[in-house]
Amino acid sequence: MKTLRRNALSGYSWLMLVFLYLPILILVLYSFNDSRINATWTGFTWKWYVSLFENRQVMQALMNSMTIGVISSVIATVLGTAAALAVKHYSIRWSNIFNGLMYLPIVIPEIMMGLAMLVLFSQVQMELGKVTLILAHVTFSMPYVMVIISGRLADMGKELEEASQDLGATPWETLRYVTLPLIMPGIIAGFLMAFTLSLDDFIISFFVAGPNSTTLPLYIYGLVKRGVSPEVNALSTLLIVSTVLLVVVAEIFRRKDSKNNQSIF
Amino acid sequence: MLNKKPVKLLALPALLWMGALFVLPMLMIAVLSFLKRGTYGQVVYEFTLNNYIRIFDPLYGQIFWDTLVVAVLTTVFSILCGYPLAYYISRLEKSTQQIWLLLVMIPFWINFLVRSYAWVIILRSQGVINTFLQSLGIISEPLPLLYNSGSVLLGMVYTLMPFMVLPIYVSLEQMDRRKLEAAYDLGATPWKAFWHVTLPMTKTGVVTGSILVFVSSIGMFVVPDVMGGAKSALIGNVIQNQFLSARDWPFGSALSIVLMLLSMLLILLYFRATKASETKEGSA
Repeated sequence: MKTLRRNALSGYSWLMLVFLYLPILILVLYSFNDSRINATWTGFTWKWYVSLFENRQVMQALMNSMTIGVISSVIATVLGTAAALAVKHYSIRWSNIFNGLMYLPIVIPEIMMGLAMLVLFSQVQMELGKVTLILAHVTFSMPYVMVIISGRLADMGKELEEASQDLGATPWETLRYVTLPLIMPGIIAGFLMAFTLSLDDFIISFFVAGPNSTTLPLYIYGLVKRGVSPEVNALSTLLIVSTVLLVVVAEIFRRKDSKNNQSIF
Repeated sequence: MLNKKPVKLLALPALLWMGALFVLPMLMIAVLSFLKRGTYGQVVYEFTLNNYIRIFDPLYGQIFWDTLVVAVLTTVFSILCGYPLAYYISRLEKSTQQIWLLLVMIPFWINFLVRSYAWVIILRSQGVINTFLQSLGIISEPLPLLYNSGSVLLGMVYTLMPFMVLPIYVSLEQMDRRKLEAAYDLGATPWKAFWHVTLPMTKTGVVTGSILVFVSSIGMFVVPDVMGGAKSALIGNVIQNQFLSARDWPFGSALSIVLMLLSMLLILLYFRATKASETKEGSA
């Protein structure tokens, strides 16, 4: 009876894993299918990927995504790290208030954040484009950077910083030579996470992008609305592969020399 | 408070940023929802309650209702899919646990749009399932698997389920196992022990996961847009439409304010309900 229950549970869990991965695997598989029109497998081909790299619009969207991703995640990482360092020194009451404000964007429906920013940019008469995308991406990724770095800081304890100050280091010296090197893996993980969020974002970008600032997910959306095609599969596959790589590398950095192995969320 | 240590000032840039790009725009939406729309889609600065009155139009009432039904069903199915999975993971060895957690987390990071599109490939009339069944001769006409409310629900559960697994896993991990052993020692069957000990003790995880799934599904417009037909539009689609096509920003703002208040209210009720049943069990 006990083993039966265990097997049922394990079978159910594997089934869930299949449910999570099968659609993605099918999408990837069909990006290598020679046939354009239907789901029948007619042979292996790289041609859809080749045609992507020859497509100027795709390359432009890729460039846009990269530029916006790098710039927004650098800003989000700097601001998020600074905030996490400061909040550590706040009293419990103030840090709760501050964290509450910072984490609010995580629990507000994304669509609201997108349209709120659209309203803001149009009120201050900013032209929608790369700049507005960068501003928006910093706003939704900064909280995630803060979560990761705060975790790292909590993990580190106070002893080393106190020792450094006892030895006569100024607060800035302690920050520069003790704290920052210790939380560096967290900073890198935060940066990678912010970059992934930016690269992947569709909903908020959808509201604040202009005609010349199409990012990869926005370009994919345009294609998806026109129907299924092997090019969309190929482009989606590229996005999936880069997201997965980034997330795994970020996880490795976040767990590096850290006692806290809890998966972030 | 801020003068004692200069380090404390480091939060200022982030605070200003969030104030200007998050709090301020949210307030703007609140204000906008009480203004009028001009003939050409511009905003007229005159106070009105009409946007809110319009929401009571049965057309929007129906869409709000549909959205709530889909969100509740998505949450329920996510618990049914996610709880056993989280339970299984929490019973594995530590090193295997980490791999499973990563495996559950990875799809969560993959784009919503791409994951909904993956289902279109499978479910559409010339899709994987229909082609397969037709080649076997089981069906002659393709089944209408896509563009209905069932496919929207499937897509929602698929994209949001990982939100449920991790919080439940965390609460299962933090659970005091000795209470479970005590229940067994007192002669409880495994089902009884689960129902009366494990489940109540992991309620926090279920509540957190439910809130994450519910909030995400209530504002979702990507899944219904890609996997749903014209009839399965949810409130997210209506809001998107008011902002981008109909250009009625005041009405779109009012809709989104109501959506936000509604989701906050339901979260509050949910908290109350679980709290109440907790104290009831505590006294029993």
